[in-house]
Amino acid sequence: MRRLLANAAVALVTAVTILPLVWMVLVSFMPRGASSAYPPPLWPTRWTLENYHELLARRLIDGAWFDYRVLPALWNSVLVAVISTMLGLLLTVPAGYAFAKLRFRGRERLLQALIAALVVPGQVAMLPLFLIFKELGLVNSYAGVILPSLAGIFAVLFVRQATLAIPDEMLDAARLDGASEIRIFVSIVLPLLAPVTVTLAVFLFLGSWNDFLWPLIVLADQHLYTLPVAVAAIGREHAADGELMMAAAVVTTLPVLAIFLALQRYYITGLLGGSIKG
Amino acid sequence: MTRQSRTAWLFTVPVLAIILLVFVVPTALALGLSVTDYSIYALADPANLHFVGLGNFADLFATPLFWRAMANTGLCALLGVPMAIGTSLAVALLLHDRTVRWKPLWRVLLFAPYVTSVVATSVVWRFVLNTQFGLLNYALRAIGAPGVDWLGDPRASIPAILLFVTWKVFGYNMIVFTAALAAVPVDLMEAARLDGAGRWMRFRHVTLPAIGPTLLLAAVMSVAGFLQIFAEPYVMTLGGPSQSTTTVLYFMFDEGFKWWNLGQASAVAFILFVLILLLTMIQTRIGRRYEWL
Repeated sequence: MRRLLANAAVALVTAVTILPLVWMVLVSFMPRGASSAYPPPLWPTRWTLENYHELLARRLIDGAWFDYRVLPALWNSVLVAVISTMLGLLLTVPAGYAFAKLRFRGRERLLQALIAALVVPGQVAMLPLFLIFKELGLVNSYAGVILPSLAGIFAVLFVRQATLAIPDEMLDAARLDGASEIRIFVSIVLPLLAPVTVTLAVFLFLGSWNDFLWPLIVLADQHLYTLPVAVAAIGREHAADGELMMAAAVVTTLPVLAIFLALQRYYITGLLGGSIKG
Repeated sequence: MTRQSRTAWLFTVPVLAIILLVFVVPTALALGLSVTDYSIYALADPANLHFVGLGNFADLFATPLFWRAMANTGLCALLGVPMAIGTSLAVALLLHDRTVRWKPLWRVLLFAPYVTSVVATSVVWRFVLNTQFGLLNYALRAIGAPGVDWLGDPRASIPAILLFVTWKVFGYNMIVFTAALAAVPVDLMEAARLDGAGRWMRFRHVTLPAIGPTLLLAAVMSVAGFLQIFAEPYVMTLGGPSQSTTTVLYFMFDEGFKWWNLGQASAVAFILFVLILLLTMIQTRIGRRYEWL
């Protein structure tokens, strides 16, 4: 009895949680205006791709080409997320290792400063950063979006935490054998850190993909909009077009949901690992 | 310099330099900016920049909309943190029950909203919360309750947004709490059961003290999170109706990037920072008193 009750409760909670996402997908395939009915239809009476066609295809309207620039935004998002993930890993994984295992002057003090910096909300830096980037000519560029995401304080601490588990003897043995520090990092540490690196990559990618406030500030040119910025802009003009907006939401969420589902084991273990140690 | 420290600098200097450029220096400059009248005129010509001391803060404190934004944000944190943490804990406890099967599957599905883009799901929820055709009001009417004008009624707009935020974020702390619950000592639980402690007593005196530190950390991070709500009102309500969802960050964004009063906006950012810092310190102190940290 209890077993039945507990399982039913979990299933119900999950169903309610997932419903908005499922509904989003279903409505995106409904004909224009079909979802504005009472009771709200839960299943398309007729499946159609017209919302996706309107959203993604370029059309000739009154002699001028028109489109919502969703595909370019998708491309911008992919580019920005891939570059900031790659560069983020390149910058933070070696640094996290150094903070965990290499002895150098000022290590402890720098570490404390990094931990203290976690309390400062990123938005405080945004206004001066905008002015600095304006001087440097980075406003309205991919670099302007990507650069702030590379200040991975959390990522450095995350990698450091994971690296602490590697036994010192292993590294010292390699040093005695005459291996260089770079060699030790590349051939011993990196393979051991592979799962953590995948976890971090997923974190970084999702973070970059979903970032909104900073791209909104730094990008004024519609051609450079990332997906969230583009979707927010379309949403302001097409607030009433439920089916069209749902299609836009699907295009924005589906890629990350797919990545999350494919790599969920790493992502969730990363979360669990961090919380047990921390 | 030893070989190790040379490598260490090679590994750490690039990321530290970027942190310095895009985080440390701007944060320090924000303090400087907040005591100037940096506006669109200074943006055009630096000669128009003046030192105004605490003038921006005085102006803010005399601005009704600033206080409105503070009150709205405070309400968000006050209602949102218990709502989100409570949901996470309740679902984690439910999932922790040993009779529940397929746990990994439920975990992944319950976590899914967390990885989605706020903007995209805000768009979806604007329709879920629709007065006439929304799923939520449909469900309410189905159980005989009257529908609510979620995003149109100034008294319902913040609860509506919090409902959405809770849905979006509870999965994260649910996972964290699941890990903490799994670490609760089994023998202690068994001993309490043998001593005749009921469900509630076991939760109160065994589970709660064991997960206390995790709970506190989650609360600290949630408070900071709820004080930084921006995208939700930006997409769902534009700060309305009648400014009932204008949060501190929304106010800062409008001041800074709509009206280009960057000095004023920096003062807002700074107040937000001090607020988060103070709340974090208070929570840490409470945690120490109850020996959770």
